[in-house]
Amino acid sequence: MKKYLLKRVGYMALTLFLVATITFFLMKMMPGSPYANEAKMSATQIKIMNEQYGLDKPVWQQYLIYLFGMLHGDLGTSFQYSNQPVSALIGNRIGASMQLGLQAMIFGVFFGIIIGAIAAIKHNTWADTGATVLAIIGKSVPNFVLAILLQYYIGLKLGWFPLAGWGDFSHTIMPTIALGVGPLAETARFIRTSMVEVLSSDYIELAKSKGLSRFEVVYHHALRNSLIPLVTLLGPYTVSLMTGSMVIENIFNIPGIGEQFVKSIMTNDYPTIMGVTMLFSAGLVVVILITDIIYSIIDPRIRLEGKKG
Amino acid sequence: MAERILDVKNLKVDFHTYAGEVKAIRDVSFHLNKGETLAIVGESGSGKSVTTKSIIGLLANNAEVVGGEINFHGEDILKKSEKEMQSLRGKEISMIFQDPMTSLDPTMKIGQQIAEPLIKHKNMSKKEAWDKALEMLKAVGITNPEKRINDYPHQFSGGMRQRIVIAIALVCDPEILIADEPTTALDVTVQAEILDLMKDMQERVETSIIFITHDLGVVAGMADCVAVMYAGEIVEYGTVDEIFYNPQHPYTWGLLNSMPTLASDKLESIPGTPPDLLDPPKGDPFAARNAYAMKIDAEKKPPFFKVSDTHYAATWLLHPDAPKVTPPEEIVRRQKKYAEMMAAKNN
Repeated sequence: MKKYLLKRVGYMALTLFLVATITFFLMKMMPGSPYANEAKMSATQIKIMNEQYGLDKPVWQQYLIYLFGMLHGDLGTSFQYSNQPVSALIGNRIGASMQLGLQAMIFGVFFGIIIGAIAAIKHNTWADTGATVLAIIGKSVPNFVLAILLQYYIGLKLGWFPLAGWGDFSHTIMPTIALGVGPLAETARFIRTSMVEVLSSDYIELAKSKGLSRFEVVYHHALRNSLIPLVTLLGPYTVSLMTGSMVIENIFNIPGIGEQFVKSIMTNDYPTIMGVTMLFSAGLVVVILITDIIYSIIDPRIRLEGKKG
Repeated sequence: MAERILDVKNLKVDFHTYAGEVKAIRDVSFHLNKGETLAIVGESGSGKSVTTKSIIGLLANNAEVVGGEINFHGEDILKKSEKEMQSLRGKEISMIFQDPMTSLDPTMKIGQQIAEPLIKHKNMSKKEAWDKALEMLKAVGITNPEKRINDYPHQFSGGMRQRIVIAIALVCDPEILIADEPTTALDVTVQAEILDLMKDMQERVETSIIFITHDLGVVAGMADCVAVMYAGEIVEYGTVDEIFYNPQHPYTWGLLNSMPTLASDKLESIPGTPPDLLDPPKGDPFAARNAYAMKIDAEKKPPFFKVSDTHYAATWLLHPDAPKVTPPEEIVRRQKKYAEMMAAKNN
């Protein structure tokens, strides 16, 4: 296990290095410059600015400087936010995004599993049809539409939760629902499909022949086996939710990281683009590792060492 | 006379399908004595499995019992609620399935899978059930059981897995064990081991076995009685000697004749396919494939004719007015041997 983890961490570092390299050069190929009013600036002004930000050096030198900084935990300084360090910028905003993403994921997966399982157990009945329709709606209605509907009916008309902003837990409820309905629908659809298959398998027949009740059969035997394919899906989903949904953060006026990312691309804020990209990538590789570990916990046939079982 | 623990009377099962009602079981009656093994033999689709699934109450959702009784210790289990059936399943009636590679839960330790019925039916604590599971593993011949009890199914071979399935089925000392082609998916050498184990375990827990198979070779060594099924009906019923050495129904002749023997240089087969049970034929369902069919076979279904107290066959050939026919060579040879056996017995 230790050896396996060490190997995996090595690969993760390599992956992040490649991501950093590719992103850096792609970013440099983007048109435009970081200056808002470039047309009005004189050549000398631009030259001075370039020197100040290190943009006058050849690209490969800039790349090496960036890489060196990153290895020391220095992600550079943002261009657009009055020279704030990128790490501080991300640090201030990642909390809200992560909390929201995690809540949405837990909400979506929990109810998704329940709805999907009910649909599978009541296969080909009205409950199944209802769950399927719900899943299709959840999947096809864009989350910003749902967000606005929630704001209007629940926030404004009923006044149950604050309309927007960031503060206590009540602020997070509507954005969590808006963000979580997508994973909910996806999870429900997935669990339904895999559980219908599991329920028709021989070992479920054997479990029934032991005299177990329907609930016991599902809870002890079907559920765990149906969860296996879901794990693959959840990893990347969690990352994208945790690192922020730009639209939802915008609608609910939440100081998260998604909004930040869009702005940094629009303004060629190189250090911020790099910083957020690296954060996304790091999150993804860590989650993939966690996914593999969860896999081996749920499914005993998968052994992390890769030894013969 | 031996105690009758199971008595199936005039069982009829239909399957509701888009094409219509499939009459899968059409009036099946048989009984099972305590400690005995009854083999149900027939080709695929003859209704062997459906019959046993009705007994354990695990018919598919689109299947419906439309008539008959299944009396277990004098009580009709078809009248029992799902809850009552659950307390019967795994405790009084349990089952072994065809493919051991897929019949164990891949994500649960085998010890837990064996212990489960004990916790459910015998109110045992986890510890007690675990100890009993260990004992069962030893009994079914798993080596190093103290260690293997913590293993998962994928760590066992097919034969070992079938031993574990047998351990699960017998852990509560059931009255009836239904074995649905338990050796079909195994290697021939492993087959023999599993059959020996089943016989061994049958003596230990004093269970009766309903053994479903399409392999007559397996039947000879296992069964006390044999029911031959065809197109949802039993066509011949008798002791294992009667079926093997004095068969009366042309379908049983066909089955026996298609068994390879050392003397035969070519494999015989029964021509044709079984009838469509969406619309079962009026007369004898086997008539269309029967070289010995008479006019009446197409018109009227043959009743059971009594051959001996334990031996019945549904064929018009046994009617007193029927012409004498000579069965295939192999059957004649067997019947000769039967006559010798009977003569030896009477002397």
